[in-house]
Amino acid sequence: MSMAIPVNYIARNLVARRLTTILTAGGMALVVYVFATVLMLAAGLQRTLVSTGQDDNVVVIRRGSQTEVQSGVDRTQAGVIESLPDIATDAGGRRLISKEPVVLINLAKRSTGKSANVVIRGVTPQGLELRPQVRIVEGRMFRPGTSEVIAGKSIAAGFRGAGLGETLRFASRDWTVVGVFDAGRTGFDSEIWGDAEQLLQAFRRTGFSSVIFKLVDAERFEAIKQDLENDPRLTVEAKREQRFYADQSESLAKFITYLGTSISVIFSIGAIIGAMITMYASVASRVAEIGTLRALGFSRAAILTAFLGESLLLGLLGGIVGLIAASFMQALSISTTNFQTFAELAFSFTLTPSIVFASLGFALAMGFVGGFLPAARAARMKIVDALRAA
Amino acid sequence: MYIVLLVLKNALRHKLRTILTIVGIVVAITAFGLLRTIVDAWYAGANASSSARLVTRNAVSLVFSMPLTYEQKIRQVPGVASVALANWFGGVYVSERNFFPQFAISAPAYLDMYPEFILTPEERKAFLADRTGAIAGRKLADQYGWKIGDQIPLRGTIFPGTWTFTLRGIYDGADKGTDQSTFFFHWDYLNETMKKQFPRRADQTGVFVVQLKDPQQAAEVSEAIDATFKNSLAETLTETEKAFQLGFVAMTEAILLAIQAVSFVVIVIIMAVMANTMAMTARERYGEYATLKALGFGKGFVALMIFAESFAIALAGGAAAVALTFPLARAFADAMGSLFPIFFVSEDTVIMQLGAAILVGFVAACVPAWKAARVRIVDGLRAVA
Repeated sequence: MSMAIPVNYIARNLVARRLTTILTAGGMALVVYVFATVLMLAAGLQRTLVSTGQDDNVVVIRRGSQTEVQSGVDRTQAGVIESLPDIATDAGGRRLISKEPVVLINLAKRSTGKSANVVIRGVTPQGLELRPQVRIVEGRMFRPGTSEVIAGKSIAAGFRGAGLGETLRFASRDWTVVGVFDAGRTGFDSEIWGDAEQLLQAFRRTGFSSVIFKLVDAERFEAIKQDLENDPRLTVEAKREQRFYADQSESLAKFITYLGTSISVIFSIGAIIGAMITMYASVASRVAEIGTLRALGFSRAAILTAFLGESLLLGLLGGIVGLIAASFMQALSISTTNFQTFAELAFSFTLTPSIVFASLGFALAMGFVGGFLPAARAARMKIVDALRAA
Repeated sequence: MYIVLLVLKNALRHKLRTILTIVGIVVAITAFGLLRTIVDAWYAGANASSSARLVTRNAVSLVFSMPLTYEQKIRQVPGVASVALANWFGGVYVSERNFFPQFAISAPAYLDMYPEFILTPEERKAFLADRTGAIAGRKLADQYGWKIGDQIPLRGTIFPGTWTFTLRGIYDGADKGTDQSTFFFHWDYLNETMKKQFPRRADQTGVFVVQLKDPQQAAEVSEAIDATFKNSLAETLTETEKAFQLGFVAMTEAILLAIQAVSFVVIVIIMAVMANTMAMTARERYGEYATLKALGFGKGFVALMIFAESFAIALAGGAAAVALTFPLARAFADAMGSLFPIFFVSEDTVIMQLGAAILVGFVAACVPAWKAARVRIVDGLRAVA
């Protein structure tokens, strides 16, 4: 094995043909940008919903109903659940259980005037204690027994009538938004909360949508789930709150990931061809040089490595530029209907270390595939023929 | 004539490079066409809607229902020809992955309003006669291999329990824009079951579909219907079927915009690739351009040659891409099944694909043509040596 061609020599070839390098790496950068932003979107959605739930909270909904909005738990059943011995208590000795009505209402977006479904949740003081991540950042808490509501910050910013001091009209009443809450980038940021009993009355509902409680011992979850689901008086299913919300991200995240990855792979064909054209031209214009290098004693393997290295460097350059562009997307948040719950959900692009590695790997793979055949052609050249070409 | 020959010969001088570029263009423009078709499929429901139909729903949101008694009152509103009931069922067939829309409808009123769903008279009769009967679109039936007489179980998510229906008919669409992936059954069956199990939820419906006597009166009739129920327990919101469908599209607008944006990104990617090809090609031929100029050909001629070559390559790729888009779209639609009930390549898409090809060819040739036109004969000839 003879010596390798210096990296410096490889890199300078890219600098020597600036326009071609920029165009080729630019194409790859766009592919990596699309690839990374799509993964960031799916990761943002998952992070938002996974962090919505607490590990030691349990959500109980009607069996088979999938979402809180479709579920119904009547007062008798809620009473049975309330009598469970495993429910934690707060400092004041009150049991941490919340029976909540959850409905969707149509609100118009501030930006377009088009309407979307927003979750309205009826909560109790215990319900607030169950979600320690929720803090009022503007205004104040609603007063129990009144037509006051508080809005999550995404909803307050995004929907007409949901800002502090504004009023919303639904269920034959005017509801005043007296506070805006920050739920730390969780799904609750996309909800409106009011007094549970007031909302039940207004919507003329007799039963709740879901029952949420905190476990004394999070390890006991499986046993409690068995108890609830086997109780002949109940037709319910229980899930850990974290699992419950994580499951809601599943189909939208899958849809985004599948669509985005297939698009990126198809797009990458274009970029790979770009790299191939560039590398073939690079080989063709340096035939004499390759002959000289071979005559100097550099092996075929060294030539192959040098051209492959040039192509990989091109890919890496594209990958880094694409990632930098994609990282700016973190400042943006997107609000859309989660088709699993049929409700509006805001989430932001999230760059994770695994996305960085996947994107750079993808970029290098494009460089490798695009550079392999041209590099092989360079390595196969006979010294005599190559020198004669000059 | 010789010029055309010269351009073609030039284009084929680096066969491998030209072929690679064309393949790149084919991939990019095909991807562009498929993405546009996906966006079209999103709007398909709205495009297929009739202007002679209105949809009345609860003003709060679709989650809330309206009492059955509204049916009579709506029928009395001037301009209304007929009223039908429809209720979203949201059941699960075998596994959660098998999603398709299911509606409980008040047949025959509903079927009369939708002449685009074509059933044979025998199938229609059989469906109307069977309380637990159901009908399904041709595409849906093909997807799950259903035949008439099959028992189809759906696990209710909104309406508890497992519901079993007997397939009594398979409907075809009047044209390719008609949704053939929906499952319909009798609203009465749903209502009677709810009466027994959850009396509070009986005699309620999700939407009323209203047939207008005159489509011109859509606005007045909508207002009149909503005014009838103003300040009642369930206020209504009435809009044209198209507006109703577009409401769903708007909810997922963010995703739609992203797909649209991405469909343009692929064009930019291929522009970079093609521009690179043309730049390299022109760079290698400065000597020839100088020779041509020395022979008396003008700047314009040199630039024109580069443009012609670029257009020839781009259009060859564009034409192949259009031809390829149709079979690929069909394969994609088959693979997706009922997820995209209406999926076909529109004329607009084809025009946009060819437009994109021309644009790519034009942009790619701009800089090389400008540089070649400016090349001084002396410098160009020297470049050869």
